[in-house]
Amino acid sequence: MKKAKVVNLSDSGAQNSKNLWEQQYNQLLPEDRDISNRSGIPIKPLYTPDDWNDENYADKLGYPGQIPMTRGIYPTMHRGRTWSQRQLIGYGIPSDYNERLRKLLDAGNNAISLIPCNSVYRGFDADEVDPKLIGTCGVIVNTVDDMDRCFRDVDIAALSTAMNDPLPFTLLALLLGVAARRGIDWNQVSGTSNQSDYISHYVANHMFFRLSLEGSRRVLVDHIAFCQARVPNWNPLSVVGQHTQQAGATPAQAMAFTLATAIQYAEDCANRGMDPDIFLERFTFFFDISISFFEEIAKCRAGRRIWQRIVRERLGAKNPKTWRFKFHGQTSGVDLTRQQPLNNISRVSIQALAGIFSGLQSLHTDAYDEVLSVPTEEAARIAIATQNIVREEAGCADVIDPLAGSYYVESLTDQMEEKIVETMDQINAVGGMFKAVESGLIQRWIGESAMRFQSQVERGEQTIVGVNKYQLEEEDSVAEPLKRPTESVIQSQLESLANFKANRSQAEFNSALSQLQSAAQDPQKNIYEAIVNGVIGGLTHGEVVRYVRQELGFGQPQMIL
Amino acid sequence: MLLDSYRPKVIVTKIGLDGHDRGSRLVATKLRDSGMEVVYTPPWQSVSAVVRLAAEEDADVIGISSLATDHLLVPDLVSALHDAGLDHIGIIVGGIIPDDDEQTLLEGGVHRVFHPGSSLVEISDFVRDLAIKSRTRSLRKFQVVSNEES
Repeated sequence: MKKAKVVNLSDSGAQNSKNLWEQQYNQLLPEDRDISNRSGIPIKPLYTPDDWNDENYADKLGYPGQIPMTRGIYPTMHRGRTWSQRQLIGYGIPSDYNERLRKLLDAGNNAISLIPCNSVYRGFDADEVDPKLIGTCGVIVNTVDDMDRCFRDVDIAALSTAMNDPLPFTLLALLLGVAARRGIDWNQVSGTSNQSDYISHYVANHMFFRLSLEGSRRVLVDHIAFCQARVPNWNPLSVVGQHTQQAGATPAQAMAFTLATAIQYAEDCANRGMDPDIFLERFTFFFDISISFFEEIAKCRAGRRIWQRIVRERLGAKNPKTWRFKFHGQTSGVDLTRQQPLNNISRVSIQALAGIFSGLQSLHTDAYDEVLSVPTEEAARIAIATQNIVREEAGCADVIDPLAGSYYVESLTDQMEEKIVETMDQINAVGGMFKAVESGLIQRWIGESAMRFQSQVERGEQTIVGVNKYQLEEEDSVAEPLKRPTESVIQSQLESLANFKANRSQAEFNSALSQLQSAAQDPQKNIYEAIVNGVIGGLTHGEVVRYVRQELGFGQPQMIL
Repeated sequence: MLLDSYRPKVIVTKIGLDGHDRGSRLVATKLRDSGMEVVYTPPWQSVSAVVRLAAEEDADVIGISSLATDHLLVPDLVSALHDAGLDHIGIIVGGIIPDDDEQTLLEGGVHRVFHPGSSLVEISDFVRDLAIKSRTRSLRKFQVVSNEES
């Protein structure tokens, strides 16, 4: 039997073969187009051992669960425990949410989410906004009673609950209020405060930006300290790259912004005397997974490698659990098109595959109709089926980090790492992420990248099927009308809020409010503790946000063009 | 009327609760770079604040970006502009707008709805034409008033 020839770089035969290929390639394709990925890295037609070779294995890759973490943060990765399929749920009033939640639990889900209504995001109770706008995009939750109804006949100690709960974290306070009411120890409450990264809200997704930048800085650290002491199985922080990338940042920029933000939060905690070996264990991340397949995989692999280095070298953490770059991924909504919307199912499949190959811990796949409206139930079901098909039919989760060792993927991972580190250095040079967003630098970069991408689309350099190429003359619209709660349902919710306010003890309310105000005015006190006690004492979500805004300032994003 | 060299004045804003602004920033930047005067506001404006701003700025066109359900407030804006005597102002809406709602908006006085995937050039050309039409309407209104006065 003939033995396979071992290619050696010093082998002149191999070099001759490469020269010959190059010659042939240039002859056949004299006017090759320049291709770059979204982060601006030039993409070659062929990658070889000149771009990456296995001598770097120990330094650059290693084994899953080991430094430098490139291949994944756990020894078993998806082979041991599949990623969590955490779909977003939230609609209507608490009883609607409860009905949907129990269906999901009966179907075997244990990782659940709670998406509140946009009025909640903006810090309002239902009686403070135009009724037309409430209950469509998420569930209305304003009081401990509402939260209790959301989780009626559900054992909150048995769930991992991810809540979209921006600062000052009123939903977690309400959940802890329910736990207290039911006699459940807060040690048993587990989950994540999603949308806790106020910097990403300041620069990109303003919907969640409630408090002034300085006020936010204090509240976040108080929240992390409180959870560490009182709700130790709760992840108080999810640092978000998804918002900046959805707003237009390139994948490399989004990763750099996220890591720089995490450093800022970690240093803010350390400056309060907290121990990185403890608080870093609970840092989690959230990324956008676009359709730029190889780039997204390289982005996440590079991110893991950079984070473990920062945690060990810059933040001084010795606890190996803190070296893990745990992240949730969501397939990118910006890539989806209104034109020929069923094509979005293909797009989401490719994005999901990129997410899985990137080694994520939890995945949300978008419904194909997200670009038309709030997703229908059928579209949401297809989004989940997409994950199951990729995992169980196609066998894409059988091997850990399956693209490792590819000349292209490894070379791209290295180049993305360089690009990310370069941007992080620029942020360091202006004094860190807080300063960089205060001055508007990050917002300008995002705006420029968004415009660059849009111009590429309009010049036809970036194809979007059905939008700038392969368009149809006649579009079939599949848009379903928006599902909205009826007026009587909204009315019943407003009545229950009015009853809650009428029936609460005025003495307890007054004492809760004055404690909250005094905690806000005294930086030595933990304001989050006062918020939790506040909702237990009868304050509503809207009242907490209003009083905290009065004390710490309203969050007004900068408008930069 | 020689309005070919007229520099349109456009308000780009978001009313209601949502804060996603990639679309509104791109559109505002494009309109500005095409030579229009752009007033770009923070999100979460109230209908009355937009009407006040439109009057103060003497705007030709108002562009509303909506990615959630805030477009449901646009009919209120149209009628508030009408009540304030500003019905010459052109209104466009951009973002995620379900088909049924688009029909309602267009019938209710919105001049055009732009969906994701729209080209910035197309938006900018449309806004320029619309601005010239609104300016013409406004001048006519003004002339009628001055004639009555004289």
